[in-house]
Amino acid sequence: MRDRTHRAIATLALAGAVQLAFASPAAVFAQQQDTIATLNDRRVNLRAGTGNTAGIAARGMRLVSYTPKPAQLDSASGLAFINSDLAFRGTTVYQGNFSGFSIWNVANPARPVELSTVVCATDQADPSIYGNLLFISAESPRSRTDCGMQGVQDGKDRMRGVRIYDVSNPRAPRLIKNVQTCRGSHTHTIVPHPTDRGVIYLYVGGSSNVRDSAEVPELACSTGAVAENPNTAEYRVDIIRVPLRNPEQAAVAGYARIFQGLPRPAGRGGVSLGDTATGRWATGPSGCHDLTSYPAYHLVAGSCGSYGILLDARNPEKPVVLDAKSDLNFSLWHTAVFSNDAKRVVFTDEWGGGTAPRCRTTDPFRLGGNTVLTIDNGKMTQHGYFKMPAAQTNTENCVSHNGGLVPVPGRDIMVQGWYQGGVNVFDFTDPARPVEIAYFDRGPVNADTLVVGGSWGAYYWNGYIYSSELSRGLDILELVPSEQLSRNEIEAARLARMDEYNPQMQPRITWPAAFPVVRSYLDQLVRNRGLPAARTSAIASALTRAERTRGTTRRTQLNVLAAQLDRDARRAADAARVTAMAAAVRDLARATR
Amino acid sequence: MLRSGLYWTVLALAATACASRPQATPQTVPTPAGPAAHHHMPDLPATAGPGFTAADVRFMQHMIGHHAQAVQMAALAPTNGASEAVVRLAQKIDISQRDEIDMMKRWLRERRQAVPDEAHSHAMMMPGMLTTQQLAHLGAARGREFDRLFLNLMTRHHQGALQMVRELFRAPGAGQEPDIFRFATDVDADQRDELVVMERLLHALQD
Repeated sequence: MRDRTHRAIATLALAGAVQLAFASPAAVFAQQQDTIATLNDRRVNLRAGTGNTAGIAARGMRLVSYTPKPAQLDSASGLAFINSDLAFRGTTVYQGNFSGFSIWNVANPARPVELSTVVCATDQADPSIYGNLLFISAESPRSRTDCGMQGVQDGKDRMRGVRIYDVSNPRAPRLIKNVQTCRGSHTHTIVPHPTDRGVIYLYVGGSSNVRDSAEVPELACSTGAVAENPNTAEYRVDIIRVPLRNPEQAAVAGYARIFQGLPRPAGRGGVSLGDTATGRWATGPSGCHDLTSYPAYHLVAGSCGSYGILLDARNPEKPVVLDAKSDLNFSLWHTAVFSNDAKRVVFTDEWGGGTAPRCRTTDPFRLGGNTVLTIDNGKMTQHGYFKMPAAQTNTENCVSHNGGLVPVPGRDIMVQGWYQGGVNVFDFTDPARPVEIAYFDRGPVNADTLVVGGSWGAYYWNGYIYSSELSRGLDILELVPSEQLSRNEIEAARLARMDEYNPQMQPRITWPAAFPVVRSYLDQLVRNRGLPAARTSAIASALTRAERTRGTTRRTQLNVLAAQLDRDARRAADAARVTAMAAAVRDLARATR
Repeated sequence: MLRSGLYWTVLALAATACASRPQATPQTVPTPAGPAAHHHMPDLPATAGPGFTAADVRFMQHMIGHHAQAVQMAALAPTNGASEAVVRLAQKIDISQRDEIDMMKRWLRERRQAVPDEAHSHAMMMPGMLTTQQLAHLGAARGREFDRLFLNLMTRHHQGALQMVRELFRAPGAGQEPDIFRFATDVDADQRDELVVMERLLHALQD
């Protein structure tokens, strides 16, 4: 006891000395800094306010509607009632909340209508929709099998895993199954069976603590390093199998140990330092924050601790690691979004977990933002970084968060939520130099203290951008033309219709044969001078003429134009775009009746 | 309040008494405070409230002290000739853990719980924390030797944080309140990630 006291005292004495010597560490670090956060931006100094009362700055987009939270979830109490992610089907939007979820009808985006709200302590309730099945992630130890809000006293009442609801009647969702897992489900990702349409899999994201094995004995949950305990519930991704005709039979089918054998620095004599024999911990990811599946290419991108991992999921029960990348700048690989051709992938870094301010002028550029990687034959190469550039205050939690593609043909564009850093849209066609092209931002929820809020995720869905606001509700936005995004490009995006969209399961975007699609390429060639001005204006005139005709005449004119474009491509500065445009013109000719 | 006031008086007297004690011989190889070194100052008062337990409160109070020392260690990197990679890591730890200290204090204040002050934070001895000697040793190291010590000691420090998280979730009823659950889980994820980074940096040092 005496010894302990002595050590505590000595530490106290030394603490003072060290503080004197390094009175201002923040100033010392300032010299190392590498920030892009600018004060010269209309998003800076916006008025604070709850609901829709805060100041707003927008460029290249406008707010179509703001809808407050349903009354049952409208409680400001830390994180307990914040909104989480979104899922989309037809005219229905599913919105998660740490204490349940809501279902909205957005047939009229100017006036969303609440169809139902389910109160159920869940944390974080990330939703996915598949037909009439709604999947909800439950991770928290307070989450109960009966959805009660009173917390868990007896571990047998605890529900950590994925809840499955039948939402065939969206006004009365019916809980049909609680699938329990050892560490709960922070997120989940649908990976459809490649051939059996009656089966889907859920890859479970999250790296929370392993529950007591007595809570769900049949799961036999245990902890430890893989080398010592091959059955450990850590260092793995759980895989749930859902038979769609009998979803109540959904269960954990197995798990994937995708972290074994990740590229580690080889030590002297090739011995890994992660080896338990050295006395050092076998560290490395213990789980993935989330995974993004792209079924059209059988790919899955996992964001797993200090690694971005690319998987081949042709056999969903046994995914194969194609490549893994690590980056000392990145704090926590969080989410991935593939480009539509699966040749690029944007990974995000949720430095600070989303509740901290990480967009201040003192925060480094390469932390808490995005990085773009190219994919070639299953191997990834890292290129540039991107971060929302407008400086935010100390009372605005801000870091890179969830988003998805904006379906503009010929460009790789993503819309993303940055918590209280707002929503922005950026172009990553050039993976080395992503550029911001639009934004929407509110002032802080509270000017004096950090009240967690902002955009959890922002997604393009059939013509509009939907943003789930943690503390305020649901925002629906619309792109408006600017120098960096033309009317034609916005119209072409609107033509790319989808039936169902879960941000963690990317659908492949296709565009119908249409003039706005062709003109999108043309606008891009004007913007990047990919063709001489004389040619672009001649092509514009040819398109105008063709649009005024119909039937065989139009078809003939379009085929002539396509042939001209083939010739243009040979000498164009941006030949690939001209070729893509020629293909779009031919599609249009074929579709002409 | 009375208890803590008395405590500080005793502490101040004791500090004067041991000031003349000769310093321990500096070690060439650090022996970091491992999981066994789990002792600290008498606890601040902590009470349960709606949705949270006394163990939750104590976790926050203790982690403030744990974080405060990490910030202290990180502050040494730019001045002690650390490599660029270690300075970057230290900067990240500095920003992360300062913000988290603010968040933990906010959490405690909102629940009307005792918030450790600066001195109290620095006097705690939680798992993985450096002893006086280790801290002095680190403060005296330069360049490559600083990198080696910093990475070794910070690795132990982070492992200590993971241990605190494990202990939190083992405490009956603890870790259920959404803010503390999120925070503890994030500490685990973030610091695990930094452990991998440190493993890599340590490794590079050995080549």
